Amino acid sequence: MPGSRAGAASRGPDPRVRLLCCLGWALVVVGLEGWAALSAALLAGVLLTRWAGIAPRRLVRLVLVFEGLMLLTLGLLPFTVPGQPLWQGGGLVLSEQGLTLAGVIAARASAVALVTLALLAGVGADGLGAALRALRVPGALIELLLLSARYLDVLAREQTRLRAAMRARAFRPRSDLHTLTSYGFLVGMLLVRALERAERVGAAMRCRGYAGRMPLPELAPLRGADLGFAVGFALLLAVLMVLEHG
Amino acid sequence: MHIVDGVLSMPVLLGSGVLALAGVGLGLRALDESSIPRAGLLTAAFFSVSLIHIPLGPTSAHLLLTGLMGVLLGWAVFPAICVGLLLQALFFGYGGVTVLGANTLNLALPALLFGLAGRAVLARLRPAALSWWVMPLGALVGAGAFAGSALLVAGSLAASGEGFWAAARLALIAQLPVALIEAVVTAAALRLLWTVRPELLARPARAC
Repeated sequence: MPGSRAGAASRGPDPRVRLLCCLGWALVVVGLEGWAALSAALLAGVLLTRWAGIAPRRLVRLVLVFEGLMLLTLGLLPFTVPGQPLWQGGGLVLSEQGLTLAGVIAARASAVALVTLALLAGVGADGLGAALRALRVPGALIELLLLSARYLDVLAREQTRLRAAMRARAFRPRSDLHTLTSYGFLVGMLLVRALERAERVGAAMRCRGYAGRMPLPELAPLRGADLGFAVGFALLLAVLMVLEHG
Repeated sequence: MHIVDGVLSMPVLLGSGVLALAGVGLGLRALDESSIPRAGLLTAAFFSVSLIHIPLGPTSAHLLLTGLMGVLLGWAVFPAICVGLLLQALFFGYGGVTVLGANTLNLALPALLFGLAGRAVLARLRPAALSWWVMPLGALVGAGAFAGSALLVAGSLAASGEGFWAAARLALIAQLPVALIEAVVTAAALRLLWTVRPELLARPARAC
């Protein structure tokens, strides 16, 4: 979860290797079009989440939320893309091309999401920060990532408290102006609290010698197992390419 | 407002990636060690706000408030939104690896423009001005940044293939009520900030 310190020291491949594998996977998968390669990519994605130790129940919940999002964004495509009609009714035409396009995009997006989760979820924010630093990403961006990951659940709890106070005053969300302005005041108050906390956090950081660079766990040099993982992953990508073009 | 992997064509991905990189680079130059904690906590606050669901008839919408982010963060809104999207990919399993640049650009560019404009107007307002005065400004910034992002999303879909054109237009219409929600919430939040901590908004827009 955000802010956990298990990160970089956790078992398994090095965070740098994980990050590069994830990027390579995404670049290859968004170019796939054939169903053989896409099904293989989805299967590999599910197997990798099992390898990463993500509980099946959590996986099902995440996939349901994600596919709901996909339905919202892609649900219209089968009706709006012109092509061979499969079904007609009520002025709507369901085209074969549209259905295929929506299916292909959903498969690509799901395969990328599954593997991102499998490779990076266990790394934690500090592991990712260390990997990004090793890959020469500017320091300020990493500091921003670490600070917001650290304070995300602090501010989410602050928000829960503010909402409890609203409920205690008999506030119930509806579709009206009062609800919207109340949420606006909630947001404003949360921002005031965040800014006040930022002053304290900044002062505490400076008094401990912060000068624009946060200490991160040193990454151990790459081991044989890390290279083995990278080679295995490259082979997986090669198999996908062969299925697509071969 | 979130494009998934596998939709956009290569030229659109590359073009918006380069522009987003430039925006993030410029935004990072505006940050120094004294403003980084502020930007980090604001990023976290806006991320937790985006988890609020507002009832909208039978469904619900979630807040983005990128216009307000632009007012408070200035140029730093580019790296802040980029970090927010990274956290989303990391902890919520939404992917978005290849579209990180496009999503950053689509959300951050309108936020930056409306934020800087809003900030310039606020700087001219007398500190003693009644808080009612900032509400129309907040509504304009909130709706403007949201509408700008919706247009950019529709534009990047349309530029990726003719097949997406009709779907993009329909999605644009569906976003209209959400733009109104963003307008009202931003107006109220800005009014509260102007009342409680006017010094945060009144001084000329600096780094963040």
